[in-house]
Amino acid sequence: MDLKIIWFGVICAAAVAYVVLDGFDLGVGMLHLFARKDEERRLMLNAIGPVWDGNEVWIIVVGGALLAGFPAAYATLCSAFYTPIMIFLAGIIFRAVAIEFRSKLVYPKWRSTWDVVFSVGSFLIAFVLGVLLGNLVQGIPLTPEGVFVGSFWGFFTPYTILTGLTAISLFIMHGAIYLNMKIEGPLHEKTRQWSVISTVCFIIAYIVLTMATIMHMKHMVARVDGKGHLYWIGIVAMLCIAMIPHLLRKKDDGWAFLSSCFSITLLFVLFGLGIYPELIRSSISPEINSITIFNSASSELTLKVLLIIAGIGVPLVLAYGFWIYRIFRGKVKLDHSSY
Amino acid sequence: MDVVFLSRIQFGFNIAFHYLFPPLSIGLSLMIVIMEGMYVVTKKEAYKTMTRFWVNIFALSFAMGVATGIVQVFAFGNNWGRYSKFVGDVFGSALAAEGIFAFFLEAGFLGLMLFGWDKVSKGIHYLSTILVALGAHFSAIWICIANSWMQTPAGFKILGEGKEARAVVTHFWEMIFNPSSVVRVTHVLIGCWLTGVFIVISVAAYYMLRKRHQEFARVTMKLGLIVGAIMVILQLLSADASAQVVAKHQPEKLAAMEGVFVTKPHTPMAVVGYPDMETKEVKGLEIPSLLSWFVYRNPATAVTGLDKFHPSDWPNVPLVFASYHIMIYCWGLMVLAVILGAFFYWRKQLPMMKTVLVFLMSSVLFPYIANQVGWYTAEFGRQPWIVYHLLRTSQGVSHSINAAQVLGSLIMFAVIYAFVLALFIFLLNWKIQAGPGHKEQAMDEYQLKV
Repeated sequence: MDLKIIWFGVICAAAVAYVVLDGFDLGVGMLHLFARKDEERRLMLNAIGPVWDGNEVWIIVVGGALLAGFPAAYATLCSAFYTPIMIFLAGIIFRAVAIEFRSKLVYPKWRSTWDVVFSVGSFLIAFVLGVLLGNLVQGIPLTPEGVFVGSFWGFFTPYTILTGLTAISLFIMHGAIYLNMKIEGPLHEKTRQWSVISTVCFIIAYIVLTMATIMHMKHMVARVDGKGHLYWIGIVAMLCIAMIPHLLRKKDDGWAFLSSCFSITLLFVLFGLGIYPELIRSSISPEINSITIFNSASSELTLKVLLIIAGIGVPLVLAYGFWIYRIFRGKVKLDHSSY
Repeated sequence: MDVVFLSRIQFGFNIAFHYLFPPLSIGLSLMIVIMEGMYVVTKKEAYKTMTRFWVNIFALSFAMGVATGIVQVFAFGNNWGRYSKFVGDVFGSALAAEGIFAFFLEAGFLGLMLFGWDKVSKGIHYLSTILVALGAHFSAIWICIANSWMQTPAGFKILGEGKEARAVVTHFWEMIFNPSSVVRVTHVLIGCWLTGVFIVISVAAYYMLRKRHQEFARVTMKLGLIVGAIMVILQLLSADASAQVVAKHQPEKLAAMEGVFVTKPHTPMAVVGYPDMETKEVKGLEIPSLLSWFVYRNPATAVTGLDKFHPSDWPNVPLVFASYHIMIYCWGLMVLAVILGAFFYWRKQLPMMKTVLVFLMSSVLFPYIANQVGWYTAEFGRQPWIVYHLLRTSQGVSHSINAAQVLGSLIMFAVIYAFVLALFIFLLNWKIQAGPGHKEQAMDEYQLKV
């Protein structure tokens, strides 16, 4: 099989890992202000405390893997989405320092300030990611040399704003369900409510987005047409999400979270198959100007080396990742080393 | 101002700011491994207290390093799109290895190191500390390899021509072990270790001066001085090896570092001075033949001077010269600090020596400045090339960005980083003031009283 296709798969897998893992961190961040008391906020923060750093590494892997395997796509992506990426990075910096700084002092003003920073940072990151993905589906103006000729405000169309909002609702749902699994006591009742409400919101957003895609993004539909199994992926993803309220009612909190993870994975697979083989779609004569995995790839040798590195590294990362998650499994308790 | 100039400022500013933190994390990770090792072996609570104190500071530095490091992952493509396309094939595998082997190790086990004290056994906790340290070191190694390839490219061929030209790997291991990789990685790592050593010495000196946590200060100081003595010697050896590689593979960089304008036998070396660009000579105190001896171990051999190169291929000589010499002075100050500290520590007079303690307290600045200006030497010395003799910096910039965008983001980073740095220093100071061995409870009460 073509190494370029395999590496495209690897990048998609890393992106799935980022969305599934850092997704709930972002969700927790966005829900942060909905908890009113300091102790509740600390519980939520410590639910992601030992793992958020590692989760965030996946976005570095996505960036690095793109640079390594498809340098031309990386170069165009980063320079075209210059300002959105800067906003994203500002969000990342603020969120990280907010988590780290918040707990260091106990003054209420200090903490409430960082709480706002943490939450706003998380919203920004989620929205920018959503808008970016929306633009990849919709296409951006590129010349035949792969040079971006659009403007910053051109990134915001009704469709991409919709994908931005969908990303926000998806991460909030995922974060709420994660918290629901990790938190006990009085706050648990709240997290359960959040989970149900956010799931409903996401289902609505998702339905609207799907309809918009079918009506306005004909090229995505064309790729799915004639491949019946692709429809099934969408339907199974939908069923998984629809299961969540039911699982929550049955107090199967762990299963609800797994179900959320699984449906996010499927949605992303659908996205990957939908854009394939384009990495960055051009809105100007897309057949010629789009940057695909075939016209932007690194040499065969580099792809081979990359696959060897990933082949050794990823199983290791997954193995100790699971082990670390296992050590921190169960409900969060605050102790002297907590945030 | 043009996009290339602004992009250079932006990249330089961001990476220099980022580089405030990794050396601290890497250096501290080594010190923490030693400290916790002593705890595991001797089972003395004092070492555990010490470890926990430094782990907290490590965590602060690490978070800053990650936050500013993610920026760098995108910075190549944001401003240097053309460069990214050119080096992607080569750079990519090093960066991918860094992500997979280093960052996950570091970030994954950091959680266990910070929050796992009561969740796992002593041995497992120590293992995670070692793995965090390994991860921190791997990340430095891979990124230095990638940077070394930009200094001394090897194991590649050029495909395409003009704007479509790009470097493609032909021999993976030759690319990884390019002529400067090993010496540069070593030099950088020892620089990081020195940072760890001197922050430990500095904090210990502060406590001695204030007569607080005296037992902690004594043990910490001893550890710092022993490791410090080893490191300053190692750094001298690695500096020597490094300079020889520069002389062999990047002669114009060495010429700029030492202000060698004319190739002639018995090349002198300036101890103090500055390169006068008008008269093309170094004004100051020069020792004859010293540079020839350093580079070739022969006082007569001529060191290649800038006259062998077209002025359009020269780096900025005064800048490189100054950075390089400041780095050396900093090393000298570190040696002085270790000698003074060790002498008075050995005579058990250190806690009384106010002036020496003040000097030791400020000693953390020396490795910090040396790390910064050392990188300035390496990077300014490579100019006007972004990839040595293959791609000019002016050719590496992205096509679709404009000056306003770059200036805007530069201002954004400057504001955010100034703010974040102020808070970092505030919190670092606060942690040092709170001292080792405090209980969280007591700390909260203390704060509420204040």
